[in-house]
Amino acid sequence: MENEAGALSRVAGLFSARGYNIESLTVAPTEDASMSRMTIVTSGSEDIIVQITKQLNKLIDVVKLVNLSEAEHIEREMALIKVKAVGEAREEYKRLADIFNGRIIDVTEASYTIELTDSGEKIVEFIAAINADQIIEIVRSGVSGIARGEKSLHS
Amino acid sequence: MELTGAEILVRSLKEEGVKHLFGYPGGAVLHIYDALYQQEDIKHVLVRHEQAATHAADGYARSTGKAGVALVTSGPGATNAVTGIATAYMDSIPMVVITGQVFTNMIGNDAFQEVDSIGITRPCVKHNFLVKEVADLAETIKKAFYIATTGRPGPVVIDLPKDVTANKAEFNYPKTIKMRSYSPVEMGDAGEIKRAVAMMLSAKRPIFYTGGGVVLGRGAAELTELVQQLNYPITNTLMGLGAYPATDKQFLGMLGMHGTYEANMTMHHCDVLIAIGARFDDRVTGNIEKFCPHARIIHVDIDPSSISKNVKVDVPIVGSVTNVLQEMIAMLKKGGKKPDEQAIGEWWQQITAWRAADCLKYDTESDKVKPQQVVEALYRETNGDAYVTSDVGQHQMWAAQYYKFDKPYRWINSGGLGTMGFGLPAAMGVQFAHPDATVACVTGEGSIQMCIQELSTCLQYGLPIKIIALNNRYLGMVRQWQEFFYDGRYAMSYMDALPDFVKLAESYGHVGMRIDNPADVDGAMEEAMKLKDRLVFMDFVTDSEENVYPMIPAGAGLNEMILV
Repeated sequence: MENEAGALSRVAGLFSARGYNIESLTVAPTEDASMSRMTIVTSGSEDIIVQITKQLNKLIDVVKLVNLSEAEHIEREMALIKVKAVGEAREEYKRLADIFNGRIIDVTEASYTIELTDSGEKIVEFIAAINADQIIEIVRSGVSGIARGEKSLHS
Repeated sequence: MELTGAEILVRSLKEEGVKHLFGYPGGAVLHIYDALYQQEDIKHVLVRHEQAATHAADGYARSTGKAGVALVTSGPGATNAVTGIATAYMDSIPMVVITGQVFTNMIGNDAFQEVDSIGITRPCVKHNFLVKEVADLAETIKKAFYIATTGRPGPVVIDLPKDVTANKAEFNYPKTIKMRSYSPVEMGDAGEIKRAVAMMLSAKRPIFYTGGGVVLGRGAAELTELVQQLNYPITNTLMGLGAYPATDKQFLGMLGMHGTYEANMTMHHCDVLIAIGARFDDRVTGNIEKFCPHARIIHVDIDPSSISKNVKVDVPIVGSVTNVLQEMIAMLKKGGKKPDEQAIGEWWQQITAWRAADCLKYDTESDKVKPQQVVEALYRETNGDAYVTSDVGQHQMWAAQYYKFDKPYRWINSGGLGTMGFGLPAAMGVQFAHPDATVACVTGEGSIQMCIQELSTCLQYGLPIKIIALNNRYLGMVRQWQEFFYDGRYAMSYMDALPDFVKLAESYGHVGMRIDNPADVDGAMEEAMKLKDRLVFMDFVTDSEENVYPMIPAGAGLNEMILV
């Protein structure tokens, strides 16, 4: 969409005004500075998804809209997970991070912050593998998506 | 040569062919008013409340097809304008509204008369712009008019900070505009149109159901040609009245909640429904589960999101109605196939039987003034050729049912949002656009009080509007629902402490009349229409408990009407 002030609020406003779900929404500038790219994860019946598509296309700031889930695509999300890490748990979290291809990016005497970039499901699995009372804080980025192969939003 | 933002705005409006601007001054727009003062091409009309500025611009647009333009100040000026903007948005009316804004460096600081106009109007505009650089102003105005008037039309707001109107830039008004993110569809898909024509010809019980999109898309002539070529019945929505001549024998009247028996029954029993520029609104469909149970549906609309939104359709056609109708007419001529004459003949026999119910009959012997009688008198006295605006409620339905509109752009009402207070200011806009035409505002004693202050504007500009107030001392539609569905508990629907409308009109320098005898209705109407250069406020004291019939109660299907 056009990289204009207020473009994000038009999309968010549309979802709330029409009662559509937003599960996650990520937005950032693209290789073309005049445009930004937004990945929205939403849910609904086929009819609702069709309506969401039409309504989004109607927004003047939207340049192009693709339903990624209609074709092969990749989804990635980043999570930063801060856990209490003392004693034996320190080794345990290191192993767990390795298994999930995560990285420990901040260490104190009593905590680790683990970065994990993967599909939403993997992140959920990773979080589930940690004892809930050991978690200090979690921040998740929301999903970014891209089509597999040479296809792009330009094509 | 460099011009100030205010001068650029005025010059740009001239480039867009704007002749009238409806507005109200205030601190944030003083530079603009100063620039307006120093020219004579654009006439500024001073309203008495910003809501009226937007309704007047709206009425101007609805009666001409051109964009209406309003100018208001920041803060309360902008918030007062919102009702008018939302009204235009719901009915897809092309309008450009310029709102003043505080200095750019003050935005977000809770400055005097600051509101987030962009945020407040976002859900009820087609698009809006905050102009931060004077160099962007001309192009933004060009875009605003382009967006407002193309595709499915709608209101566009331009929020203009005060410093931007003072800063200078070179003035170059773009001749054309292209936007990578906005290019409305024009032509319909040829394959789908072909399918539609085949389906239309295969019909045994067809009906055309057409809406405001035909008026907005300037497709009335094409629609009439197609419908008459096929000899199929046609019904219009509230917004579509006038797109097909109401006095023609193929016209069944309006459909929906207060539609005619024959229109709703024909809809319910049809086998092919041809919907054009209509959006299957809940006031039209009744209970969606029971809507047109036997029909295959063709739907032509310029807005893809209107198609299959409420009702699933079989043949969707996205395109301008005029282009699609022309294609259909051409295909029918070329194909040489004719409708099934015998089946259509039988269908008309059935429709004639439904018509015989005479669903719009009313008591013509009453000793009270019947509201229907007043609208019929208006129709006769104006030869069916007036521009009629209305407010919202019973009087609106009676105007729609009893004034037979043969031409588009003549019926001006708030259909989607249902805005009381719309009628009088809208009539002002219409009268400015058509100075020599008869403009009547059919209203009620409730609605008229919502923008009554505009009687002052009408005096200032000598607008000879005829106000037809159907005064039943009740918020009539609310009372009707309370009678039907709340056991007659008339909570807050009695209009107590009404002003003397005759004296009120006179105090504003107009002519006032009170009519409470049915025998006087025709004579009074004739007398009022003779006063060509005066506003006449006709206060008709009508039967207070008259109801609008037919009526489809909530949850019922189109075949389950309450008749008189």
